[in-house]
Amino acid sequence: MGDLAETQSVPTEDESRRDFLLHATVATGVVGAAVSLWPLINSLNPAADTLALSSVEVSLAGLEEGQAATISWRGKPVFLRYRTPAEIEEARSERWQDLPDPQPDEERVQDDRYLIVVGVCTHLGCIPLGQKTTETRGDFGGYFCPCHGSHYDVSARIRRGPAPSNLEVPEYTYLSETNVRIG
Amino acid sequence: MSNEKGWGMRAFDWFEERLPIVSFIDHSVGSKYPAPNNLNYFWNFGSLAGFMLVVLMMTGIVLAMSYTPHVDHAFESVERIMRDVNSGWLIRYLHANGGSFFFIVVLIHIFRGMYYGSYKAPREVLWWLGIVIYLLMMATAFMGYVLPWGQMSFWGATVITNLFSAVPIVGDEIVTLLWGGFSVDNPTLNRFFALHYLLPFAIVGVVVLHIWALHIPGSNNPMGIEVTANDKIPFHPYYTSKDVFGLGVFLLFYFTVVFWFPNAMGHPDNYIPANPLQTPAHIVPEWYFLPFYAILRSIDDKLTGVILMFGSILILFVVPWLDTSRVRSANFRPIFKVLFWIFLLDCFVLGWCGSQLPEGLPLILTRVGTFWYFFHFLVLLPVVGWIETPRPLPSSISTPVIASPAE
Amino acid sequence: MRTVLFAAFAVILLNELPADVKAASEGVELDHQEWTFDGPFGGFDRQQLQRGFQVYREVCSSCHGLDYIAFRNLEAIGYSEDQTKVLASEYLIEDCCDDQGDIFDRPAIPADGIPNPYPNEQFARASNNGSLPPDLSLITKARANGPDYIYNLILAYEDPPADMEEEIMFGMYYNTVFDGNQIAMAQQLFDELIEYSDGTVATNEQMAKDVTAFLHWAAEPKLEVRKQTGVRVLLFTLVFTVLAYFLKRRIWAGLKH
Repeated sequence: MGDLAETQSVPTEDESRRDFLLHATVATGVVGAAVSLWPLINSLNPAADTLALSSVEVSLAGLEEGQAATISWRGKPVFLRYRTPAEIEEARSERWQDLPDPQPDEERVQDDRYLIVVGVCTHLGCIPLGQKTTETRGDFGGYFCPCHGSHYDVSARIRRGPAPSNLEVPEYTYLSETNVRIG
Repeated sequence: MSNEKGWGMRAFDWFEERLPIVSFIDHSVGSKYPAPNNLNYFWNFGSLAGFMLVVLMMTGIVLAMSYTPHVDHAFESVERIMRDVNSGWLIRYLHANGGSFFFIVVLIHIFRGMYYGSYKAPREVLWWLGIVIYLLMMATAFMGYVLPWGQMSFWGATVITNLFSAVPIVGDEIVTLLWGGFSVDNPTLNRFFALHYLLPFAIVGVVVLHIWALHIPGSNNPMGIEVTANDKIPFHPYYTSKDVFGLGVFLLFYFTVVFWFPNAMGHPDNYIPANPLQTPAHIVPEWYFLPFYAILRSIDDKLTGVILMFGSILILFVVPWLDTSRVRSANFRPIFKVLFWIFLLDCFVLGWCGSQLPEGLPLILTRVGTFWYFFHFLVLLPVVGWIETPRPLPSSISTPVIASPAE
Repeated sequence: MRTVLFAAFAVILLNELPADVKAASEGVELDHQEWTFDGPFGGFDRQQLQRGFQVYREVCSSCHGLDYIAFRNLEAIGYSEDQTKVLASEYLIEDCCDDQGDIFDRPAIPADGIPNPYPNEQFARASNNGSLPPDLSLITKARANGPDYIYNLILAYEDPPADMEEEIMFGMYYNTVFDGNQIAMAQQLFDELIEYSDGTVATNEQMAKDVTAFLHWAAEPKLEVRKQTGVRVLLFTLVFTVLAYFLKRRIWAGLKH
């Protein structure tokens, strides 16, 4: 009995009301479905326990001049280096405006002596060499990434090689003269 | 309307010529699928089951990304989901209760099929595929319940895997094979996780076959008689709109449980980490296994109990031939109709018995219930088909407009 | 016919609920308390949770762990970030490893879990006459009628009836709620045992209620956001369902049947 032809012959007033209902229902359904998807996607973001570990406190007291130490922060290495006066001098004598990723050394450290950078090459994520005294520090006395040959200087700025930018300086604050909170 | 087609329509046509997926869906559950115009709300549960399968798979996939299938970390990782993962509590409660609601919906779908004789010719294969889905669901649900690695997980897994030790001669070897060790342990948990992730995809495959098999004869209807083309309406927009409304009502129930009674269908013991050295005082399976658990315990002999339990499901495969009546719908079968309701009650009684200790009244009821379960299928169904005089069938579903008992 | 559907649903739910209640009490009548977290909109009382935490810290924590709660979680019951830091720093955590490769103790930080009183199960049993004090982080969910059960249990110490006195085993105590009436935990709460920092009088009942509320928060910390989300989700679904109903009616209106 009922077929489409018959239902299409209902008055236009009904038709428009049906249109409104149809649009309202579909819109509500689509919004509901979209909103329901969000928790599923958001669950892939860092969880509360992960976020709780997103900052670490480090003591620099054990470092002697010229020494370096690596700590783990958010699953990545952070390079700490107690630079010698000669190294600081070297980092500041260059014309920083001419570097591939121009940035003065003063902007990259809070205390001139301590260089604190994320030890992840900005090219494709390898860990550069140069923390240990036995490792090569590259042609600029800082770090050298063995994966694709990026050279960094004593301010961990990119000097040569495929890396597009300087090693990242994480957000950190000095809690005391030798205590730093990273993150 | 002009004959000029916009570029969008042309692109659509171009694609449809190469992969006619939209017309395929339209023929499956759209405007090109003619359905009887008298389907009542019990016909909503097929699409609801499909919906729940999707919900379970989506929540399950993201849960798997935060879950650790290792005996030392499983319980803890579930608690981390509940406490630390963004919306993890919501996703887990949707998933855990979703399993229960999937069963509720599917069980109503099955009982609807029984009441309206949807298993009869020419829909036997459709019915079989449904039972296969049901079996796969039970296997999936059972293994899913093991994953949180609480006390009920562990002891449920122990008891159910031990069922296979009833197999003569090679029983113990089979159980060892299932466990991957000498008891339920880390290898067991690992493989259960793998299978729990895999089986839903198998279910999706059988669901596709199920829908395919449905489209050969088309949907049954509350009167159980053949429907002429005149009495059919396109699935879309009629049944799509009805299904969407039904979905809304269903979601109200589902959400009420998820947000206010999320642990009502679980067992408190599963919030105690698994302890292989101590069995909880009461071990109870999830509610949807209770009738079968009761049947298992109805007999003091291990092998017989296991055979009866598996038999109680497998018997469904031959129901199309055990039921000798040519009339499908119980609406025209006065005796069968009464038997149907008694059978449903019997399932509830068995379910209750399954949650009790098998002693005293529950044990007596279990035995009576188990007897009735098989008596219903093996004796009553065939005999009633012969002796019952069905009420006269209408010539078409549009004839007895007033007398229709449906809806 | 349609009502059958709803009836079936109701039966399934009811079938579950009474089973729980029964298993909970095992014949013992639990004195039902009014909890702030009861009901569809119920939530936690932060003051009460802080008092409960104080009871846990000063009484329960000497034997019971709270493994799934970290100090940072206490911000949710009203402590500031700095307070959780101070609180955490009062505990020592075993960490591995210092520069010599040795295990060393360090003050806890907010991200650390509240330290368990015992290093392992065997140690815990050896210290408690062979009994294992259960971890409390999920205790109200791990017992049927959890909050009422815990509240009643910790208050249910009495002198054993004459006919049972003989049966009480060494190191066990008579308790009217605990299954078997013998429990390895002695009575812990006594009036004015602790001094609440908010000035509330620490009666037995008050402490029992506060610590139970705290433990329920520990077991289900997302209870409040769950119910709040639920209200919004349900209202939205209701609007959707009503719209869908009228749409369905309108679509079907053109059909004679």
